[in-house]
Amino acid sequence: MSQTTGPTGTGARPRRRRTTGRPGDKVFKGTATFAGTLILLTLAGVAAFLVYQALPALTAPSDASGTGLGLLTYAWPLLYGTILSSAIALVVGAPLGVGIALFISHFAPRRLSTGLGYVVDLLAAVPSIVFGLWGVTTFAPALVPIYGWLERNAGLLPFFAGPTSPTGRTILTAGLVLAVMILPVVTAISRDIFLQTPRLHEEAALALGATRWEMIQYSVLPYARSGVVSAAMLGLGRALGETMAVALLLSASGGVTLNLISSANPGTIAANIALQFPESSGLGTNVLVATGLLLFVVTFVVNLAARAIVNRRAGFSGADG
Amino acid sequence: MNRSPSSRVALLAATLTVGLTVPGCVAVNERTGGASPVAGPGPAVSGTLNSAGASTQPAPFQAWSARFSAAHPEVTVNYDPVGSGGGRKQFLEGGVPLAGSDAALDDEELERARERCDGGSAMDLPVYVSPIALAYNLPGTPDLTLSPVTVARIFDQQVTDWSDPAIAADNGGAALPAGAITVVNRSDDSGTTENLIAYLVANAPDDFPHEVTDTWPVAGGEAAKGTSGVVDAIKAGEGSIGYADESQVGDLGRAEVVAAGQAVGPTAEAAAKVVDVSEPVPGRPEGDLAIEVNRTPEEAGVYPIVLVSYQIACTTYATQQEADLVKAFIGYTSSQQGQKDAADIAGSAPLSPERSDAIAAALGSITASS
Repeated sequence: MSQTTGPTGTGARPRRRRTTGRPGDKVFKGTATFAGTLILLTLAGVAAFLVYQALPALTAPSDASGTGLGLLTYAWPLLYGTILSSAIALVVGAPLGVGIALFISHFAPRRLSTGLGYVVDLLAAVPSIVFGLWGVTTFAPALVPIYGWLERNAGLLPFFAGPTSPTGRTILTAGLVLAVMILPVVTAISRDIFLQTPRLHEEAALALGATRWEMIQYSVLPYARSGVVSAAMLGLGRALGETMAVALLLSASGGVTLNLISSANPGTIAANIALQFPESSGLGTNVLVATGLLLFVVTFVVNLAARAIVNRRAGFSGADG
Repeated sequence: MNRSPSSRVALLAATLTVGLTVPGCVAVNERTGGASPVAGPGPAVSGTLNSAGASTQPAPFQAWSARFSAAHPEVTVNYDPVGSGGGRKQFLEGGVPLAGSDAALDDEELERARERCDGGSAMDLPVYVSPIALAYNLPGTPDLTLSPVTVARIFDQQVTDWSDPAIAADNGGAALPAGAITVVNRSDDSGTTENLIAYLVANAPDDFPHEVTDTWPVAGGEAAKGTSGVVDAIKAGEGSIGYADESQVGDLGRAEVVAAGQAVGPTAEAAAKVVDVSEPVPGRPEGDLAIEVNRTPEEAGVYPIVLVSYQIACTTYATQQEADLVKAFIGYTSSQQGQKDAADIAGSAPLSPERSDAIAAALGSITASS
C-alpha cells in the first residue's frame, strides 16, 4: 500500500536500467499482465452472461414475465430491500468497525489488541450460513421484545409502526446481522490503515499539547480517511451481495415499506434469486438473472463511487505511497 | 524448517476437493445390511441410475436407493434435488433417464418428450403421496377444526384473530382465546404451496381469489425458506399457522379440515385415499398415470390437501441396460414394499395395491430401441 521502500539491503549499489532485459523481469511482467487481463475478461464474461440470459426478460412484454408482473414492478421492491438492509448494515457496522479498529490500534494494551485482532479476523472466516442460522434461532427471537417495546413507545414513527413480527425475522434484524458480517472487513482494513499513520504526525500532535483524542482527530483520521471509506465500501459490497444469511433470516413477504419490524418485508435481490431459482423455469429464470444484472450494476456503481471518493482524498491524506 | 503449514494447506485442499464434488447431490449408495430383499422379476440390473428433480423426494429416495442398492449390489442410484422444473428440464434434455416432479409434464413437454424418448412417450407415474398439514402453534388448544372457507379466509388474511366467530363456528361454537393470527408461508417457490392453493381455490374460490402457482400469492405473512424454515417459524411464533409436509411438522398441532361434511386429519390413510378418488388427466399418452387430484372429495375420510409427486420415465430408452434399470427401480418404488419403506422413512402415504398394480402394468411397456 503506502510503504515507500527505497533501495535496501544488498541491492543498494546503483544499477542503471539494465533490469529490463532479464528473464525474471519478462516472466514477471508476463504473469502480472496475464493476471490483470484475466480479471477484466472474467468481469466481461460475467457481464456478457448476465446480459445474454436477462435479454428475454428485458424484451418480453411487461405482463408476460413469469411472475405475472412487469420486470420493474418485480425488481423494484427487491432493489429497495437490498439497499435498505445494506444501508442499515453500513450505518450500524461501519462506525462500530472503525471504533473497534481505533481501540485496537491506539487504545488497547498491546497484548489485548493482538488477541482482539485475531478474534475479529476469525469473525471474517465464519460462513454466512452460520450467521443466518444464528440470526434465525438466537438473534431474531431475542429482538422480539425490543421490537415490541419500540412498537408501543415509538409506534408513531413509520419505521416502528408494527405489528411486530412474532419471530423477529424482519429487515432490521437482517440489517443488524449483515452489520455483524461486515464488521471484520471494516475493522481489519481500518486497523491496518490506522497503524500506518506516520509516527511523526502523532508525536507532533502530542507535542503540541493535543490530548489522545485530539491527536486521533487531527493526525490519524485525516490520514486514514480514504482507507476507511474503502473499508466501508468493501463492507457494503458484502452486504449487498449477501445471499444465504438473508434467505434464511428474512421474512420476505411484502413490498416497499418503511416499517422495519413487521413480518411483511421486502426481499433482497441475492436472497430472492437463491430462493426462487431452484423451482424456476423458462422466462422466470430470465427474470431472476435480470435482477442479478441489476445487482451487478448497483455493486459496480457503488465501487466506482468509492473509488472516486478515495481518489479525491488521496492527495489530501498523505497516503500516496 | 517447520513443514506443518504446507501440509495443512494440502489437507485443506483435499478437504475442499472432497467437499466440492458432493454438494446438492444426495449420493445415497450406502448398503443397508440385512435389508429385506427387493422383490422384482426381470433380469439382474447393474449400472448407475442418475435422477434429478423435486425437493420433496430426497427423503423417500434415501430409503428407496438404500434398499434398492442392497438388493442389487451392482447398482448405484443418485438423486439430485434440483427442483421439479430443473428435474423435468434435465429429463427432457436427456441428462437423466428419470425425473422426480411435483407436477406432471404439460402438453408441450410431452411433445418434447417424444424426441427424448426415441419415438416413445413419457410417463408420469405418481409414486409419492404426502399429506400437507396445516400446522399451528396455539398452546392450550389441542384440537382445531377448520372448514375450507375458514382456511381460505385465514390464509388470505381476512380472518386475523383466533377469536373470530368463523373459527368458533367450526369448533362447536366455543370461541378461542383472542390473539393475532400469523400466517406462515414458504418464501421459496414450492410444490407444497401450489397444492395448498389448488385446494383453496377448488373449495373456496370467492374467499381465496388467487391463481394456482408455486409462489405464495398473499403479501404480509411470515415467509420462511423451505419446509424446515416454515416449521421453525411456526414453532417460534405463538399464534402462528402454516402449511408443511405432515412428516416434518413434529409436535405442532395439526388442524383437521372439513371434507364431505366431516373433519379429517392429515393422516397417511386419509391422504392415500385421494389418489383412489381422483380422475386420470384426460388425453395422456399410453401408460401415463397423471391424475387430477380431487380436492373436493365426496367420500368420507379423505384428506384433500396432499402433494402428489411423480417419477417421470420414458417408454423407450436407447439401451437395454437403461430400460431395465429404470423399470426395476420404479417397479420397486411403486411396489407395496417400496411404498412401505418410504412411509417408514419419509412419512408418506402408501399407495393402494391397485395403484401399485397399475404402475407395474405401465412399466411393462418400457423397452429399448436398440
